[in-house]
Amino acid sequence: MTPLLELDDVEKHFPVRDALGRSRGAVRAVDGVSLSVPEGGVLAIVGESGCGKSTLGRVALRLIEPDRGAIRFQGEDLRRLSGAALRARRRDMQIIFQDPFASLDPRMTVEDAVAEPLILHGTVPRARIRDRVAEMLVRVGLRPELARRWPHEFSGGQRQRIAIARALASGPKLVIGDEPVSALDVSVQAQVVNLLQDLIRDLGLTFILISHDLGVVRHIADRVAVMYLGRIVEEGPAPEVFANPRHPYTRALLAAVPGQGTAAPPLEGDVPSPISPPPGCRFHTRCPHAAARCSAEVPLLLGAGHRAACHFADTLPPAAPLREADPGGERLRRLQAFFRPPPAQTGAMP
Amino acid sequence: MSASDDRSAGGRADLNRPRQPMSAVIESPAVAPAAESPGRRALRRFLRHRLAVFGAVVVLVFAAVALLAPLVATADPNATSWSAIRRAPSLQYWFGTDENGRDVFSRVVWGARASMMAGTISVVVALLAGVPIGLLAGLVGGWVDALISRVADAMLSVPFLILAIALAAFLGPALENAMIAIAISASPVFVRLARGMALDARATDWVEAARALGNPPWRIGLLHVLPNIVPPLLVQATLAIAEAIIAEASLSFLGLGQQPPEPSWGSMLNSAQRFLTQAPWLAVFPGLAIFLVVLAFNLVGDGLRDALDPRSDKR
Repeated sequence: MTPLLELDDVEKHFPVRDALGRSRGAVRAVDGVSLSVPEGGVLAIVGESGCGKSTLGRVALRLIEPDRGAIRFQGEDLRRLSGAALRARRRDMQIIFQDPFASLDPRMTVEDAVAEPLILHGTVPRARIRDRVAEMLVRVGLRPELARRWPHEFSGGQRQRIAIARALASGPKLVIGDEPVSALDVSVQAQVVNLLQDLIRDLGLTFILISHDLGVVRHIADRVAVMYLGRIVEEGPAPEVFANPRHPYTRALLAAVPGQGTAAPPLEGDVPSPISPPPGCRFHTRCPHAAARCSAEVPLLLGAGHRAACHFADTLPPAAPLREADPGGERLRRLQAFFRPPPAQTGAMP
Repeated sequence: MSASDDRSAGGRADLNRPRQPMSAVIESPAVAPAAESPGRRALRRFLRHRLAVFGAVVVLVFAAVALLAPLVATADPNATSWSAIRRAPSLQYWFGTDENGRDVFSRVVWGARASMMAGTISVVVALLAGVPIGLLAGLVGGWVDALISRVADAMLSVPFLILAIALAAFLGPALENAMIAIAISASPVFVRLARGMALDARATDWVEAARALGNPPWRIGLLHVLPNIVPPLLVQATLAIAEAIIAEASLSFLGLGQQPPEPSWGSMLNSAQRFLTQAPWLAVFPGLAIFLVVLAFNLVGDGLRDALDPRSDKR
């Protein structure tokens, strides 16, 4: 079966210029990423801020034009599509942005915003648009009477629900969430994560979650890809990556979750500049296991199912086990349970 | 995962299925009792601004006088009378009479028509020309932007009034030509403003969201960016009308605008020069009219700026 989305050696460099317009190299935001996203389920892309995960998400939808590589959506290379054909494909691939205060047009009512994809793609006949908007609002947990209001009248959580309704209105197959809950309060985060989980399940969505919050990722992801300085360093089924991280960077990342308390020592130093990443393995400047080979030879992303880009992935000592009750995830789970109605009452809308 | 059988169904997501158990509606909408559009909110804030309301009233009075000039004027503005030359203001001649015995009040009233028309029409033309060009420059970028911006810069490097005088002299003396000249000289301000606002908008998440939804570029420009840059354009246009009225008066003063004997505040001031000591009313009333209208438009512009400022979200 062909994967829903396939990235093949995708690269995006942002040129850096000085005050006089002379070239000063380029930020290698995405530097040769190959990734295949199977249909259904949640793939999480995790990494520190600045590692290129948001750029990767936008490149995957060709909202940012990559410099190199292929983006295949259902086997069709998006980079070969003309403007109009690409716009038509957007019906099937959508994105939810991080900041719900910035992602809604301040001069559009909720109804107009959610109706826009329906109008653009002719998803439903014109006469049915209003009904469909109301339906979408109910689906994301908002009262349909609020349709005539403007974004400034809503809270952050409500705005994010509106953005979700807008993204899902045209019935997309693939949805990318670029840190969809990290701008929200913790209690609201749990509700929106609940909502996303329900929608992913009910609508059979394929969801790419871009996040730095490992608590949320561990909770809802089926697969995880870890990025460092524009490259994917580890990729595999979420439970395996969390239980048995094979790349030293992944181990450090997991150990850094607050209160996780594994034995791994914290990382030394800062992330090197993405304008001139270190040669060989990009992580070797901070890696506790680095050897001479690491600064000379770029490691490939190897393995079946659970892949890691480390020369010593198979010979590293086993990772320190994660403490079972990770406080971040536990807090989220408790909040989620609190906001989810008990099973006996789920039949009717409250 | 338990949901895998749901997914294997494949195909387009079906939103019309019976509702599955889902998260509850927890966040009750704690919003104002009635929806208030951004425009309505701006109006409410504008009405609180006393000076701006005063300005708006003055503008409306002058607009009414201009529209109803034939009814407001007490005499034919062009009728001369050799028996009533340079009479001082009186009950019969409210603002006195000029060197040809014409009623100054009636001429000020008809002059309002020339000034208001010249001010508003030239600014509307400048908006219609400048805003689309500026939007194009800001949204398309590249060499289109470079070309448009350099032309606008070149025009802005010449003082507004000098450019208007040069253009009017080139086009020939007539009120219509003066309006064209003023419109052309006023448009680069709108090009630059619209371009800057479009550049800002282009970097926002909501424009990226609009692209992600599949909006073609023209829809992003007209339906998303344009409505969001209307407030600053409105403020700028109001202030530009004040400037255009001064420009029209100046051109008429120089004989490049409204042609005699048709009345215009500028040309009235010109002929009043020679009689400043003997008949000051010839200069005072048209001068006062210009002063009042320009002040009023500026007050309205300031009020609009405060009312439409997104940063003053309170109140």
